[in-house]
Amino acid sequence: MSWLGVEEWQAVLLSLKVAFWATLLSLPLAVAVAYALARGRFWGHGLLNALVHLPLVLPPVVTGYLLLMFFGAQGLGGRVLEAVGMPLAFRWTGAVLAAAIMAFPLVVRAIRLSIEAVDARLEAAAATLGASPLRVVFTVTLPMAMPGVLAGAVLGFAKAMGEFGATITFVSNIPGETQTLPSAVYGFLQVPGGESAAGRLVIVAVVVAMGALLFSEWLARRMARKVAGA
Amino acid sequence: MSLRVDISKSLAGFELCADFEAPSGITVLFGPSGSGKTTLINAVAGLLTPDSGRIALGERALFDAARGINLPAHKRGVGYVFQDARLFPHLSVEANLNYGRKRAANPPGAAEFDRIVTLLGLGALLGRRPAKLSGGEAQRVALGRALLSGPKLLLADEPLAALDGARKGELLPYFERLRDAGDLPILYVTHSVSELGRLANHVVTLSRGRASGLRTPADVLADPRLVSGGVRGVGAMITAVVVAHHNDGLSELDAGGVPLFLPKVGREIGAHLRVRIAASDVILSRQKPEGLSALNILKAKIVGLREGEGPGAIVALETAAGQIQARLTQRSAKALGLAVGLETYAVVKTVSIAQEDVGG
Repeated sequence: MSWLGVEEWQAVLLSLKVAFWATLLSLPLAVAVAYALARGRFWGHGLLNALVHLPLVLPPVVTGYLLLMFFGAQGLGGRVLEAVGMPLAFRWTGAVLAAAIMAFPLVVRAIRLSIEAVDARLEAAAATLGASPLRVVFTVTLPMAMPGVLAGAVLGFAKAMGEFGATITFVSNIPGETQTLPSAVYGFLQVPGGESAAGRLVIVAVVVAMGALLFSEWLARRMARKVAGA
Repeated sequence: MSLRVDISKSLAGFELCADFEAPSGITVLFGPSGSGKTTLINAVAGLLTPDSGRIALGERALFDAARGINLPAHKRGVGYVFQDARLFPHLSVEANLNYGRKRAANPPGAAEFDRIVTLLGLGALLGRRPAKLSGGEAQRVALGRALLSGPKLLLADEPLAALDGARKGELLPYFERLRDAGDLPILYVTHSVSELGRLANHVVTLSRGRASGLRTPADVLADPRLVSGGVRGVGAMITAVVVAHHNDGLSELDAGGVPLFLPKVGREIGAHLRVRIAASDVILSRQKPEGLSALNILKAKIVGLREGEGPGAIVALETAAGQIQARLTQRSAKALGLAVGLETYAVVKTVSIAQEDVGG
């Protein structure tokens, strides 16, 4: 891809890295929350649901600002992380956190729907065969919901790739450290003559996003066939 | 080992009350749809919690409201065959069979696995996925899976209801073998008179949530208030031995010294069978009939007369082959002067003994 400049190439690679880690680290929590929302009956169910969906409806800049307040140098979380040598603000790791939080509602939603689609009568059958509730989750519910889990992960990856508002507010736009693909597009558009570089990145963004959506669809269909044993 | 049930549970529409003790063998829970059969069996399985009472398997309490005991389903050691096989679609037949086996308190060994695979004819299916199985095959795998979980009690909720007639006939012998094999108590839910006739050692009837105590199959089959179709559904179940297969396509059975002829039965000579005789297929004669086309004529003594709500009556008859019933109109009963203690002849039309109702 020699038609991408060094700075553009850097932004694309950083975005892939951020999206990869954001997806990987948030997935176990997303599965747990989706399971709790799909099958759990507990006090605070509605509250948890609202909280998970909050990043979807809040202005991204607000989410970024809240992250900065808490994880910034003056924030409570920030000081703790600084003390253990893992500061987030203005680091690429902070971009991972921002991307993970913004993608979380989409991932949870996809997984929750696929868990709700698992026939609860199969889970009852597993219980009569001696499987504890935790074992039922890992041997019946999750394997059967796997198409949705993977589709959610791919969707989350694409969303994390494109996250802009919360990221730029929380970790700024530092080339080589926190300048992700969308931040780079924004940056190029601020300087005269940057349109061609921005244009190339826009093409990359569209290709990655389209690719992710198609891949997720294909994966979901393939896995669904496999789970159904057809 | 026996199962002791004494529970109640309030449900939308009615209250379930059950108090009975099911010994080894098959205890059929019999009643119309919506009478609480599945609720009762789910309570035993631990899939539903009764409001009060006690469920115990042998000495072990599965549920005891007074003592605060409520074992979760996975700790009850109860095998369950559902109406819809409920095989795990993402696992092969072999993995389905092994699912409960691996978690059993005393895991059945490889020999036991092979024995059950052979018994249920699953050898050729092991590598397949459930989606590739017929309804009968799937239900056989479900039965094998439940047996391989090493259960102390087997529950079956209308396991044949989703199958067509031929597949039903295929699966029934497996339950008969289980019944005759030993000491595993089996609770078998059905609303089918012919399944009850073939399988039951004991019967608990349910009507709008009320469960009877333990009853005999013959008693239930003779009761027009219990069998579907009222007086039309009443019939008897008698035991007979195959003595000969004749060239004209008939099999000769011996029922307590009385010869019975019926269309060829696919069982070897010497085999013991249960034969169901519907009351509507039996007619009565005061004198020994002669010049009649029917082959099966039994000397019978009237031991009971029960008039239904309509114009029909059920006559209970004691014969050398066991107790059977005849359905006739109240008008005929009067015209013949039927009364308890009277000697008569019962005529059973050969063709009327349905294959579906013949079993071992």
